[in-house]
Amino acid sequence: MENALTPPLDLPARVLPMAAMPAGGEAVTLAGVIRHFGAVHAVDGVDLRVARGELFGLIGHNGAGKSTLFKLMLGLIAPGAGEIRIDGTLVSGAEFRSVRRKIGYLPENVVLYDNLTGLETLYFFADLKSVPRRDCAAVLERVGLAQAARRRVREYSKGMRQRLGFAQALLGRPQLLFLDEPTNGLDPEAIREFYAILRELKAQGVTMILTSHILAEIQERVDRLAIMAQGKILELGTVQALREKMDLPLWFEVKLAHADFSAVREALGNLPICAIEARDDHVAVQCRRESKMAVIAALAALGGRVLDLNVREPSLEDVFFGFGD
Amino acid sequence: MNVEPHQIATIAAKEFWDRLRNRWVLAVALVFTAFALVIAYFGAAQQGVIGFQSIDVTIASLVSLAIYLIPLIALILGFDAIVGERERGSLDLLLSLPITRLELLLGKYCGLAAALAFSTIAGFGLVGVLLAVKLDTSALFHYAGFMVSALLLGLSFLSLAVMVSVFAPDRTRASGLALALWFFFVLVFDLLLLGALVLTGGQYGGEIFPWLMLLNPADVFRVLNIFSLDQVRTLYGLATVFPEGLAAPWKLGLIMCAWIVAPLALAAWRFKR
Repeated sequence: MENALTPPLDLPARVLPMAAMPAGGEAVTLAGVIRHFGAVHAVDGVDLRVARGELFGLIGHNGAGKSTLFKLMLGLIAPGAGEIRIDGTLVSGAEFRSVRRKIGYLPENVVLYDNLTGLETLYFFADLKSVPRRDCAAVLERVGLAQAARRRVREYSKGMRQRLGFAQALLGRPQLLFLDEPTNGLDPEAIREFYAILRELKAQGVTMILTSHILAEIQERVDRLAIMAQGKILELGTVQALREKMDLPLWFEVKLAHADFSAVREALGNLPICAIEARDDHVAVQCRRESKMAVIAALAALGGRVLDLNVREPSLEDVFFGFGD
Repeated sequence: MNVEPHQIATIAAKEFWDRLRNRWVLAVALVFTAFALVIAYFGAAQQGVIGFQSIDVTIASLVSLAIYLIPLIALILGFDAIVGERERGSLDLLLSLPITRLELLLGKYCGLAAALAFSTIAGFGLVGVLLAVKLDTSALFHYAGFMVSALLLGLSFLSLAVMVSVFAPDRTRASGLALALWFFFVLVFDLLLLGALVLTGGQYGGEIFPWLMLLNPADVFRVLNIFSLDQVRTLYGLATVFPEGLAAPWKLGLIMCAWIVAPLALAAWRFKR
């Protein structure tokens, strides 16, 4: 792996996308979009609106329809029915070519040209996007590939290829980014730097739609997300709203001075507890959200016998599997 | 539809430089040079003579070679132009950019055509330069005509290859289809015509055979060259049934151009769907 993504704060302004889209309004609108492949309902009646400047997550099992939805939004395939607009322009219309100049796309399995160097790869994409070639070096530096700019892509690791793919998506100051499994192959440090770039872009008003299988990775980062299954959007909202909607129970992890399991059971008395389990060095208590404060008060009454207390909210993974079930 | 030439040029330049960089152009040019030199100097060895004899015999021998070699090289060059990108997964990324499918297709074709043209002109041109001291203006003109027709032959089979690359669902089937086309046009087509001619005892449809030959770019190439060489015209069987009025070089040249345009147009139509 090459050096980690470095955040050069003194980049030329033109290299990174700026908040060119007006505040408010919708960057992406899908209305009744259907796409079937024979008997497979890849996308089945999807309605979706993504606001300008929003960081939107799309999650679902393999085959849920996320990549097909991406292809539809990018105009790579036509919908069987319904309408897709990007920045107010119909994806199927002739005017969509000019909108494409504002779009960056990182596919799930990015395939670049092995015989080109990193810099030549960006030159090629810059030419097709009508972006000045002089911008390429700065973008490569931004994704941490400056040292490898003149090396052939065939010598790149998977993570470096992913970063080069991200670099081509960033070319031309896109106002809308489609990122399909963008952290594939990145090491933890590179993932952190990747999201740091996304934060910068978000601050500049760039709209981003991303998919990921690593739910823990996106749950604290996206503004809203949609859960897809069998070509449909099952649920849509902020992570917190989805948690509340699912009304999943919370877990308390109580570490006691003398592993006094019965003391906890006694303290919680008649409170509506879902479950109580003795674990290695603590007691785990599960309860509904509305009982949260009552449980805390009851545990506080144990005084010095409680060494530590952690409250674990349901994760996005819990929410995802909850909806899946 | 609005076609942006710089998008075509960008794709074409990449294709061309890829072939130049991986030495494809050099290798093919050397193959053409080597074969042309051997044929020019040893073509008459069967008659017990070594060395350059006449331009007519040399071109006739070169035609026999080129008719097998050039279509094969062109088909190998172009069969995965689109299907290869699709199979590797890079097609979606390309098409997400501000480039139309037509521009991508034309860019691919132009880049590959430039590589093929460069190899053909360099390979045969080098031999032409070496032979120049022994050729008069008329002979040089014939040799130049052979080079141009060889180029058209290559471009027409490249067009067929690109068409195959659009229609085929994967690279394996594309390569199979490309080979099948080569067999059909280069080996089978003339046999079918000759067989039909023999079966009918030459009594029926004799007048349509020349027209049927136009359905094969390899035959058009052969006729184009053989009809311009008085010495060898009589040596060729099927070509001699060709009416002289239809054999005007400009007409045959136009037909070769049609063989370039038609498969490409079909490919563009399919690729847009």
